[in-house]
Parts: sequence; structure tokens; C-alpha cells
Amino acid sequence: MSTDAERPSPRSISDVFLAFTSLALHGFGGVLPWAQRTLVEQRRWLSREEFTELLAFGQLLPGPNIINLGIIVGHRYFGWRGSVAAVTGLVLCPAILVVAAGMVYSQLVAIPAVQKALSGMAAVAAGLLIATALKLGWAQRKRWPWLIFGLAGFVCLGLLRWPLLQVLVLIVPVAVLLAWWKEGPTQ
Amino acid sequence: MTLWDQIEILAHFAMLSAIAVGGAVSMVPDISRYMVDEKGLLSAAQFSEAVALAQAVPGPNVLFVTLLGWQSAGLAGAVLATLGLLVPSSVITYHANRWRSGNLDTRAVRAIRRGLSPLAVGLTLSAGWVIAEGAVTHWTLAVFCAVTVVVCLATSINPLWLIGLGAVLGPLLLP
Repeated sequence: MSTDAERPSPRSISDVFLAFTSLALHGFGGVLPWAQRTLVEQRRWLSREEFTELLAFGQLLPGPNIINLGIIVGHRYFGWRGSVAAVTGLVLCPAILVVAAGMVYSQLVAIPAVQKALSGMAAVAAGLLIATALKLGWAQRKRWPWLIFGLAGFVCLGLLRWPLLQVLVLIVPVAVLLAWWKEGPTQ
Repeated sequence: MTLWDQIEILAHFAMLSAIAVGGAVSMVPDISRYMVDEKGLLSAAQFSEAVALAQAVPGPNVLFVTLLGWQSAGLAGAVLATLGLLVPSSVITYHANRWRSGNLDTRAVRAIRRGLSPLAVGLTLSAGWVIAEGAVTHWTLAVFCAVTVVVCLATSINPLWLIGLGAVLGPLLLP
């Protein structure tokens, strides 16, 4: 097990930018697996434990998890400039690619086969999200009564189409206060 | 779209960014509700297709908002939608990170995690449901969706293969 002292760190702000650009461009259908591979295994800026801990912290906060991870990792080496470099790296090239894909698609949308291909992709994308939700739920089966909060979230947000703000204001305080009470003062 | 509409949409995205615990996925149902139902800027099918297209391109999944912004208001729309959705949450994370004392095992943190984990299930399921409602316009597509769920649960296949398969089988099987 290597210690922090032996751990390599980024040489410059542009190194941070390039590392995050590279991992974002590898991330088809989700960037997190590539973030782990790049930051932990290839560049070795973070240990596996640090990666898990920083990711878990980012998940407590609003916003995309990978963006939050970039902010924390960038800040660690170069302060706010590092955070900006990491987030810009994550977003800039992929955003250009997404818009390019949209431009190509809008040129080809009149071709029926292209429209049908995208319809097929969208149905699969919906299935992927539903499967992800079921996996998340299954992982919590030991605390299955708590999933009532997930069910309430699905009914309000998915079925009744309430605004996210209302849904969160209604459910989060109840869920977190109940969890606070259940967790108890000592561990 | 008027300038005022654009400012309204930007403000709505910024608000979502500041509250969306649960990541990019938890914003999908609300952005659909707002842009499709409330503002009527695009159809439910177009929304689902934009999310699917963004997923098929490498990069963070949240960039479907860049595509939505571009489709509704060109380059300025793409830039503003992306910044609107990223800047507020990023500022919050930046400041929260300085407060992070390294100790993630306090009672408060454990309570937040324990309370939010089951909710994340419902938020993710809502995103899938909303995209399915827009995407499934024919029974064949319902089969695509259902088979994807089963294959994902039964195997550890890379999701990109399934999206590629959907793109190939769509033109072959849809009428």
C-alpha cells in the first residue's frame, strides 16, 4: 500500500484539464468507471479508498456526481483553478461532440431509418435507467421498509409529474430525520 | 423563443442544479415536465431522443441539457443551459468541500446517506419512466425497453452494446 508521499500528483493545471478530458472522452454511457481507471490506476493521483470516499462525499451534494468529483480533485492540487480545469475538461469536448451529434441527426432526421434507429436507442435508454433503479433498490433489500421513500418519490415525480423541488421538500426532511433518529448518537 | 423565455429557463435550470441531490438523473423528470409540458418547446418523443443521443456520445450524461439548449436556442442556448445546470451545484460542492473534515462517519452524514439512498431509487425510476413514456410509441419499442431491463439485471453487459443494438434493430423491426 503506497502512502500519500509516494503518490504522483498532476504537474500543472493543464495536466488536470487533459486528464479529465481524456477520461470524459472514454466514458461511453457514463464516465465514473473511467474516472476510477484514469485517476486511480493510470495516473495514481488517488488511492482506491480516496476515490470511493470523495465520490461518496460528492453524492451527498446536488449536481452530477462526476462533476462534483472533478471539483474536489482539481481543488486539491490547484485550488479553484484546478476545479475549473477539471470541470472544463469533463464538459468542453463532450459538449461539442453532443452538439455535433445533434447537428448530424437534425440533418438526417428526414430519413426514416435514422428516426427509427434513434427511437430504438431511446427505448433502450429508458430500459437502462429502469434497470439501474431496480439494481439500486435490490442493493437496499435488507432495509426494504425504507424503500417506501423511493416509492413515494416515484409516485410524485414519475407518475404525478410534480416539480422536483416539491418532491424533495416533501420527502427529504422526513427520510433524513427518521434516519437521524434510527442511526443513534454513537456508532 | 423570447429573451424572457430564455432567462426563465436558465433560472429554472439553475434552481434544479442547486437542489438536485441524486445526480444528473434526478433532473430528467423535472426538465421534461418543464420543457415539454409547461413550455411546449419540444415533444415527449424529442425529449427522450435527446437523452438517448447524449447517452450514445462519450461524456457526462448530464450533457443532454446541452443538446436541449442547442435545439431550443442555438449556440447561446447550449452554453447557457450547460452553465445554468453546472455552476450552482459546482459552487455548492466547492464550498462544501472546504468544510469536509475528512470525517464522513458523523451521525448527520450517515443520516443523510441512509435517508437519500432509498429516494435515489425512486428518482432514477422516475427518469426511466418519463423517458419510456416519450420513447415507447409502438409495442415493439416496449419490447426493446423490457428486454433491456431483463438483460441488464441478468448480465453485466456494457450498456453501450444495448444502445447500439437498439439503433440497429430499430430500423429493422419498426414498421
